[in-house]
Amino acid sequence: MHKIIVCLKRVVDYNVRIRVKPDGSGVITEGLKMSINPFDEIALEEALRIRERGGATEIIAVSIGPEDCQQQLRTALAMGADRAILVQTTAELEPLGAARTVLKIVEREQPELVLMGKQAIDDDCSQTGQMLAALWGRPQATFASKVEIREQAARVTREVDAGLEVIEVDLPAVITTDLRLNEPRYVKLPDIMKAKKKPIETLALESLGADTSPRLRTLKHEAPTPRGKGILVKDVAALMAALRDRGLSA
Amino acid sequence: MSRILVIAEHDGRHLQQSTARCLNCARQIDAAGADVVVFAAADSPVPAEAAQLAGVKRVLLVAQTTGGSLAAVLAPQIVALAAGYDCILAPSTTFGRDLMPRVAALLGAGQVSDIMAVVGPRSFKRPIYAGNAIITVEVPEGQAVIGTVRSASFKPVESGAGAPVETISVSAEIPAHTRFIELQSGSSDRPDLQSARLVLSGGRGLGSAENFNKLFALADRMGAAVGASRAAVDAGFVPNEMQVGQTGKIIAPDFYLAFGISGAIQHITGIKDAGTIVAINKDAEAPIFEVADIGLVGDLFATIEEIRKQLG
Ligand SMILES: Cc1cc2nc3c(=O)[nH]c(=O)nc-3n(C[C@H](O)[C@H](O)[C@H](O)COP(=O)(O)OP(=O)(O)OC[C@H]3O[C@@H](n4cnc5c(N)ncnc54)[C@H](O)[C@@H]3O)c2cc1C
Ligand SMILES: Cc1cc2nc3c(=O)[nH]c(=O)nc-3n(C[C@H](O)[C@H](O)[C@H](O)COP(=O)(O)OP(=O)(O)OC[C@H]3O[C@@H](n4cnc5c(N)ncnc54)[C@H](O)[C@@H]3O)c2cc1C
Repeated sequence: MHKIIVCLKRVVDYNVRIRVKPDGSGVITEGLKMSINPFDEIALEEALRIRERGGATEIIAVSIGPEDCQQQLRTALAMGADRAILVQTTAELEPLGAARTVLKIVEREQPELVLMGKQAIDDDCSQTGQMLAALWGRPQATFASKVEIREQAARVTREVDAGLEVIEVDLPAVITTDLRLNEPRYVKLPDIMKAKKKPIETLALESLGADTSPRLRTLKHEAPTPRGKGILVKDVAALMAALRDRGLSA
Repeated sequence: MSRILVIAEHDGRHLQQSTARCLNCARQIDAAGADVVVFAAADSPVPAEAAQLAGVKRVLLVAQTTGGSLAAVLAPQIVALAAGYDCILAPSTTFGRDLMPRVAALLGAGQVSDIMAVVGPRSFKRPIYAGNAIITVEVPEGQAVIGTVRSASFKPVESGAGAPVETISVSAEIPAHTRFIELQSGSSDRPDLQSARLVLSGGRGLGSAENFNKLFALADRMGAAVGASRAAVDAGFVPNEMQVGQTGKIIAPDFYLAFGISGAIQHITGIKDAGTIVAINKDAEAPIFEVADIGLVGDLFATIEEIRKQLG
């Protein structure tokens, strides 16, 4: 296999607790710590391991978003990606727009594999990979917890509600990653230095000619309804009594 | 009036309860109900089961020659049916999450993931940021509504009706590039995690696979399903299908008893709609106590022991 594309989304770090703007127009993201979407870091790690096993020769990290995404792409280069592409925009793309944009890059680069996260932890849509596969007319293997690359195909174990499903997909294909696929490596200082020399190509979103017009309208944001204040009980007898009060018959 | 199509989720023999929950959502969009399409073998018992659900106008059986429920195989068949509908829904389970974006993209439509409430026929609430914010999204007129329905937010519709079943054929090109190999599932006699009224759940605090047996024994005594935190699954104590949370199962049992789970936001998002949340944790500062309705600060093993004793 020659090329792997890995998609990386810049998101609010998973340790940060976001808040909704008082006027309901969005969530407050200004000044928050931003990171690579954790699932995408796993996608990149998997690509690196495939390359280390001799299964690929080049890994391209792609991100769509504002100029600041360069930070996340630099991290990806430090982890081991060979080069990076930033599709620059301040627009907020919906998954279909993101998929159409990635498709443009895919058509240009002709990778055998696109690895991406099963969901972005900000919008939690879990759509982009499947949409890309559909538009590309290629297979999708979502929620992967194990990936084995063979000659012209990949055998993928998927985490599904019923357990683990194994499917085989012909390459090229789109694979989306689940958390247990691997544990991403830490970036070492020398790698960060080396990464400074690796290229990041910046393309204006408009220059790609993808239709990224929104399909949905967001009317408002609100904070979730909080649960009522709970009680503390001192022992199991009190616990069982409280449960029976609430209707548990066991 | 909306013409709604619900994609049935099943395992070849039985309809999953997620379908009945999805129908509840459909009925809130249009009280007249929905058509349900079943992709299954020609002699499958699933269509007859689906026909009994309240709110079903008719059941469409599209006979399949291959097993499994591959998105690449089903999506073009759904697209072939799409012209007759304004709204296509599937459960937001791994089945629907895998399938529906492929359908939406082929139709050039946006998708509303994880519908948790119906605001109007074209507007819906859905969670973002692991449930830390809720957005209301609207699908503009003239575009089909493609959505996945968060099971925990909708009760299943009743059974007992009798809709007609029609076998239909669709013309769609089925790709051969994706092949189902096998499903490995730990079969268990315990209640299903996603539909159980009572769930006992264990975290890293359980310490080992062996210790989980104590929780299983208590669950069997109480007729409960068993769930787990990601840390417990990652540590290999229990299989992945037991994980509850943002990236596991989103559940809404009447009672959720968490043993040795700290209460990370990614876990809590999976149980927010539970009736009563009980936390048993030795650390009084654990964040789970902030969301628990009933908290007990103490050793989980001693607590399990004592509950068993008190149940007799
Ligand atoms: C600051 C900000 C605010 C937003 N606010 C809203 C809002 O209020 N309401 C709303 O509906 N939408 C909003 N959006 C749009 C939202 O980002 C899109 O829904 C998003 O592009 C796709 O959804 P997702 O990230 O959940 O995709 P998923 O389908 O969950 O993502 C799966 C995978 O796709 C890849 N991917 C997705 N996006 C990118 C990307 N940009 N670059 C590279 N890879 C990517 C990643 O590999 C990711 O793991 C906002 C976007 C931003 C940046
Ligand atoms: C992108 C992303 C997605 C994630 N998705 C999920 C998800 O879907 N589900 C999920 O669960 N997590 C998820 N996580 C992980 C989550 O952040 C936490 O790491 C995880 O939930 C912690 O599991 P835990 O509570 O079992 O372990 P810990 O946080 O280690 O807590 C163990 C608890 O057990 C208590 N304890 C220990 N011994 C005893 C004892 N003898 N008696 C009583 N109490 C005891 C301790 O006081 C402690 O509070 C996700 C993380 C990320 C980054």
